[in-house]
Amino acid sequence: MKYIDEFRNPEKARALLREIDALVGRIDLCRERPLQLMEVCGGHTHSIFKYGLHTLLPEAVEFVHGPGCPVCVLPMGRVDDCVALAEHPSVIFTTFGDAMRVPGSRKSLLQAKAEGADVRMVYSPSDTLPIARANPDKEVVFFGLGFETTMPSTALTVLQAAREGIRNFSLFCNHITIIPTIKALLDSPDLGLDGFLGPGHVSMVIGTRPYRFISRRYGKPLVVSGFEPLDVLQSVWMLLMQIAEGRCEVENQYQRVVAEQGNEKALAAVREVFELREFFEWRGLGTIDESGVRIRERYAHFDAEKKFSVPNLKIADPKSCQCGEVLKGLIKPRQCKVYGTACTPETPLGALMVSSEGACAAYFNYGGGRFEKGPQTYRESVTAPTKTAT
Amino acid sequence: MCLGIPGRIVAVNDAEQCRGIVDVAGVRREINLHCVVDDAHPADSCVGDWVLVHVGFAMSRIDEREAAETLRILAELGEMQRELEAMRAPADDAGSRRPGTCGTSEPGASSNGPGA
Repeated sequence: MKYIDEFRNPEKARALLREIDALVGRIDLCRERPLQLMEVCGGHTHSIFKYGLHTLLPEAVEFVHGPGCPVCVLPMGRVDDCVALAEHPSVIFTTFGDAMRVPGSRKSLLQAKAEGADVRMVYSPSDTLPIARANPDKEVVFFGLGFETTMPSTALTVLQAAREGIRNFSLFCNHITIIPTIKALLDSPDLGLDGFLGPGHVSMVIGTRPYRFISRRYGKPLVVSGFEPLDVLQSVWMLLMQIAEGRCEVENQYQRVVAEQGNEKALAAVREVFELREFFEWRGLGTIDESGVRIRERYAHFDAEKKFSVPNLKIADPKSCQCGEVLKGLIKPRQCKVYGTACTPETPLGALMVSSEGACAAYFNYGGGRFEKGPQTYRESVTAPTKTAT
Repeated sequence: MCLGIPGRIVAVNDAEQCRGIVDVAGVRREINLHCVVDDAHPADSCVGDWVLVHVGFAMSRIDEREAAETLRILAELGEMQRELEAMRAPADDAGSRRPGTCGTSEPGASSNGPGA
């Protein structure tokens, strides 16, 4: 496929890995301890494990998996809120597939559906509006979640509903923003990071300027990265180059998609519909100021939190679950007490095991679990002695 | 849900509402084009564009020039290494030695060109 296959080319990956090896030799710090590079985005976590990129890199370079999986950072209480909304007799509850299996304190949306709630999986928020038109006696609630990547699509759907005068559509808004979250991580005393792989698709919306404080104020380099193996390897190489040369900048590897100024039309839709919440609760990270958005007053009639009474309870994670420590990079998934035993992708206890972008699911499916095929295939094509045709 | 997928716009069925048909590896679906059109590039002119599709919305036009540039840098890197190995080969007894710290061009700088 165009724009995919070219960025998986094993020969180019080998060339990058040789350069990375050479750079590691130039960085003094690498002789003391491995460099810790955080991939903020769950999409990168998925790519790293799918292609086994962590096994291709020298031991002196380690990935720390960041909090950028929206499903994974959703607190359990919010899942309970979804279930409560879905079980309302007048509601058709729509959501992305990723959210269906996330465990709440009583049940997941999938279990609620099995018990009779009208929960429907949609590919796009805009798929929700035809459902609303076809069911005028029902209230169709869309569970909006995700970072700035998915925020514009939800905002544009609200604007379309407003334009078309659809009254029985509302949004349960759980959208979150990346910048305050990175800042909270940087302010956390137990975090020792040497650089960031910046989230490619969030950056496509917000641009690269909002990251400048990371290099200027916190002295950490950041490279906005694409999601194919060569994108990730090239971004690692660019980070190492900065470290080796004593530079600390925001760079953009993903220039084919990300513009410095972001996408103004997407940002305009977001600004029109949403405003910052004073704070938002994250699983494992606690409450972070101004890290979530809600619907502005002028679109209040599309706000499920205003139309329905949402329980909004705080529910602690199960005691055995260590999602929070994994999210902060304090432990690796395999070090969690229940990883692969009580908690598997089929029977997840914690959210990190649910979404394909979650670090634990990625470890399990591609690394430590039973399916070794993905990384082996790519690894072999990169490490094979014979040259592969382009 | 955050993983976008590249697709090509094959038709614009409602320019006013910014709706078009995208082809992703043979699968076709109607998507919203609002975020990739503006006065300089109206909906009517989108057919043939490669876009990144997220949850039913085209979120970015893929810049073919930048994609080619990234691939060119990576290709040059491989060529540079082969060149260096070739330069080293007569001096080295064992051809298997890995290239050490080698002064390559500055890839970070060149990939950070205009239009970032």
